[in-house]
Amino acid sequence: MVTIPKESWSGKIKEIAFGATDEEGGTRDRKLLLGGETTLPFLAFEGKVSRPAIGMEVIDHVGDDYPHIIIDEIGDVIKDPVAWARACVEVYGADFICLKLLSTNPEEANVSAEDAASLVSTVLAQVKAPLIIQGSGDYDKDARVMELCGDAAKGERCLLARAEQDSYKSIAVAATANGHDVVAFSNIDVNIAKQLNIMLTEFGVPADHIVSDPLMAGIGFGMEYAYSAMERIKLAGLVGDKMLQSPMIADISVAWSAKEAYRVDAKLGDERERAIFWEVASALAALMAGANALILRHPKSVTITRKVVDELTG
Amino acid sequence: MPMTALDIFKLLAKKNCGECGVPTCLAFAMMLANKQTELTKCPYVSPEVVQQLESSASPPMRTVTVGDLEIGGETELFRHEKKFFNETAYAVVIGDDSDNESIVKRAKKLDAMKYERIGIISGVDLIAVEAKGDAQRFSEVVTLVKENSGLPFVLMSDDPQVAEAGLKVVSKAKPLIYAGNANNCAALAKLARQYACPLALYSDDVDELVSLSEIAKSEGADDIVLDLNLGAKPLRDALEWLTILRRLSVKKLFRPLGYPVMLNLHNGMDVETQAIRAAIGTLKYASLIIFGDLDAARLYPLTTLRTNIFTDPQALIQVNPGLYDIGKPNRNSPVIVTSNFSLTYFTVASDVEASKVPARLLVVDTEGLSVMTAFAADKFTPETIAQALKEYKVAEKVDHRKLIIPGMIAMLKMKLEELTGWDVIVGVKDSSALPKYLKELASE
Repeated sequence: MVTIPKESWSGKIKEIAFGATDEEGGTRDRKLLLGGETTLPFLAFEGKVSRPAIGMEVIDHVGDDYPHIIIDEIGDVIKDPVAWARACVEVYGADFICLKLLSTNPEEANVSAEDAASLVSTVLAQVKAPLIIQGSGDYDKDARVMELCGDAAKGERCLLARAEQDSYKSIAVAATANGHDVVAFSNIDVNIAKQLNIMLTEFGVPADHIVSDPLMAGIGFGMEYAYSAMERIKLAGLVGDKMLQSPMIADISVAWSAKEAYRVDAKLGDERERAIFWEVASALAALMAGANALILRHPKSVTITRKVVDELTG
Repeated sequence: MPMTALDIFKLLAKKNCGECGVPTCLAFAMMLANKQTELTKCPYVSPEVVQQLESSASPPMRTVTVGDLEIGGETELFRHEKKFFNETAYAVVIGDDSDNESIVKRAKKLDAMKYERIGIISGVDLIAVEAKGDAQRFSEVVTLVKENSGLPFVLMSDDPQVAEAGLKVVSKAKPLIYAGNANNCAALAKLARQYACPLALYSDDVDELVSLSEIAKSEGADDIVLDLNLGAKPLRDALEWLTILRRLSVKKLFRPLGYPVMLNLHNGMDVETQAIRAAIGTLKYASLIIFGDLDAARLYPLTTLRTNIFTDPQALIQVNPGLYDIGKPNRNSPVIVTSNFSLTYFTVASDVEASKVPARLLVVDTEGLSVMTAFAADKFTPETIAQALKEYKVAEKVDHRKLIIPGMIAMLKMKLEELTGWDVIVGVKDSSALPKYLKELASE
């Protein structure tokens, strides 16, 4: 008889609540639990596994450069972030929404933090799934946007994104003041991921309010670096490094920055099928590397990936 | 674990006879440890010692050659611990029950399913010919496929007579015989030895697979590939077993399963389901995958994923130095200098693209180092940039004489202007600021 080799890890990935239902004083229709596993992804024969959550991206204003394959699929509601978010949850079955407030960027439309906060309020009122509120990446503007949006979403236990090594304080304050979680963003670097976790906890963000985003890269565009960084973080957490035990989120929308994924080219097959599988393959890599939550773009990618997650956790 | 020279020396006859061509037994042991000579050169070594040394010298997972491909030979569970060595091979099935015309067409199509991406060609690696009828038909179809494709073979038949008919046609090309099971294992293993070809073993049960592996080995089949029916098992079980088998070979050094593992997805699944399983199998521990069918829309992303995951984490990934167009630049478009570290290139290229300002990227040969590392290592110097400017004939392609260099290497400006006579503009320090910077530049 072959002896089955089982690993027993001394560490455990933290289980982070995302979204507050009326039980927790919020108005979400569900509370997602990210992480909590005691072994590598989906290895139920040797430990507790966790089911990754699958969310969808919603952008406050979709520009001309947004992939047409997605616009065609989602249709006109894509012009209205509230209707788009509702479709993601009600039609496509997203577990959560990642609302990206890109228009607040002073280099773009420079939408005011007040207007952004009002959009967040409307989305929360009309769409009941847990919400990630993501800024534009402009440090100064994000500070104000997070302050107002965090306030507008008080008690809903949203994820505020993204705290970085050079700009984590304002977002940490916006989160802790209103009971939200923080997405800690590190640029494919295990040491920075750990350092940022230390800084956030020292600054007063409770460890059970931090989700790590080590930056997923799509296939063909540095996926292997991101894959190994995530895998190393997960392994370090499992062997007991408390500062690397946050569940990880992977934003797969980056897969669409590969134009070859949907360039019209008969030799490479149907561009719609190819684009979707490009996104799915990137998502699978993130799952195998240990992602606890995914942000996807194409509704079909969501359907396919959910089925895979069902089979892997079933 | 590999033995040291001293371990080996203890097992030798210690006669220092020199008959092996080396003056002393210790020197011979050192050469053995370094795999510079073979044990058979020593006339005095006992069979027990031969066995002991061979098993200690053999790697945790055997490397198996199929056609001109090497599969297996893996030593790690995680690529960052060292690397994954041999890319998962992709085979696609042709059934011998199709008519000849379709067989020819499909063989040619599969042969052509390969794509070049950043200088790497990748695609379908093997054709798996599946026997549905008798030996004569199998032999005909294998011949037909051989004439219409250059790809190596998997010969799929449980019947030793039928398999042999195929082997007679293509044994020189080292096809994989698929597959030995509880009924035919010994017979197929004999064929594998006779024709010096690798043999796949199939069982739904791991303990039975161990027995098959022992039988095959005792019949003289050394090159084995394992099929635990994981292509058909529920996905969760498949991933668990792929992990267990890899651990057994590389961590437990469990010899009967110290072989590459394969997935057979030719079982009626649709193309999408097969592609999903193949992606997971490529990431996690499958060395060979047989597809019932595969289309370009799935294969292209799959080969991209495969290239990524088998990239050596120690090696710096480079793009070819040169002048790259982003968008459709004209003779007045800006020229931006960067390094040829692939991540730098991809980041800068995508930020330039995001700016919607057409531009040219002058990618300097920094031997795969990023901007700052290359600067520190003297690979990103006024001289190397001037050299690239000349080599890629930038002056012939633009009317202006302005060169934008990364903000981090602003200190090169003076020297570079002296060397080239171009105006050197110090650009942004971080690529993410490029869209704004280029837009402003364009509006000036």
